[in-house]
Amino acid sequence: MFQKKYSRSEKEPQENATSSLPDIVFMLLFFFMVATVMKENEPLVKISPPEASESKKLEDRSLVRHIFIGPPQNRVLGDQPRLQLNDAFASINDVRPYIEEQRPQMPEVLQEKMIVSLKVDQATQMQMVTDVKQELKKASARKINYASTPGNDRP
Amino acid sequence: MIMKRRRKTPTIAAGSMADIAFLLLVFFLVTTTVDTELGLMRLLPFGEDSGVVHERNVLEVLVNADNELLVEDQKITIEELRQLAKTFIQNAEDRADLPLRVEKDIPLLGPIMVSKQVISLQNHGRTSYKTYVAVQNELAAAYHELRDDLSKRYFNQSYDALVSSKAKDKVAAIRAVYPQRISEAEPYTQ
Repeated sequence: MFQKKYSRSEKEPQENATSSLPDIVFMLLFFFMVATVMKENEPLVKISPPEASESKKLEDRSLVRHIFIGPPQNRVLGDQPRLQLNDAFASINDVRPYIEEQRPQMPEVLQEKMIVSLKVDQATQMQMVTDVKQELKKASARKINYASTPGNDRP
Repeated sequence: MIMKRRRKTPTIAAGSMADIAFLLLVFFLVTTTVDTELGLMRLLPFGEDSGVVHERNVLEVLVNADNELLVEDQKITIEELRQLAKTFIQNAEDRADLPLRVEKDIPLLGPIMVSKQVISLQNHGRTSYKTYVAVQNELAAAYHELRDDLSKRYFNQSYDALVSSKAKDKVAAIRAVYPQRISEAEPYTQ
């Protein structure tokens, strides 16, 4: 047995064993397939979130609904900040119907825990954010999140 | 010669398998966005302001249209805010112009002085969102540092460690001493 192996390797050059390569690659593949979260909303507005060292991670993504405010990606539309709900531009009056439409899509027990994440560009003026907050209050969606990046001033 | 060939079990050409898997892998690598949702969580108040709060218990923080910070009508820089908020929340020296303190019996901590602090944050319509979040952040940091100190004093552990170790009753006790009361008042227009 040993003799045979030895003689064979002398005849032809040694090749690397690649038979396990597909297995390894598949393992990686499955990891990424599981870890992948498809982007739910295609952003129509440019958002660079403000820095905040106290930023906390939102635990449950299924509870989070987004409201985007920022200047449009498409420069033809100007540089005034616009409101985006789902995949379309919207006006301030659409905020309440949006929340009321989103709520029944969640299980009843979780409806009260809905978090509205405000993804707002840092150059936006507060007037627009305040208007949205007022609408959210009226829609009794009181848990909000100011989306921010952790920055680097925290050790 | 022929016999030998027959004995070999037929194999599926698996050489391209790795290539296909790589292709898929690259696709998922490109589409993956590990964007964790980060931010400052806040609870909006109910419609109208309810109840009267004594003036000494309220720290009025105002950000005006030029992104300047006024605390109790004094102009300060954003770096000073954290310390100021901490002094206000604690009122360690029991000053008459800072919030009233009452002794509370909190489980796990025993009787402890708790101040009736409220921070009222007001902004102008033209305040930039960046400044507003920076101010929110400083206020959150003030609470966080105070909680951290208290946690280290009583439990020999940082507050973050306490939260991540899921010691719920301890976290609740700390929070009861320094409840985060940031009221987002209606903006003013002038």
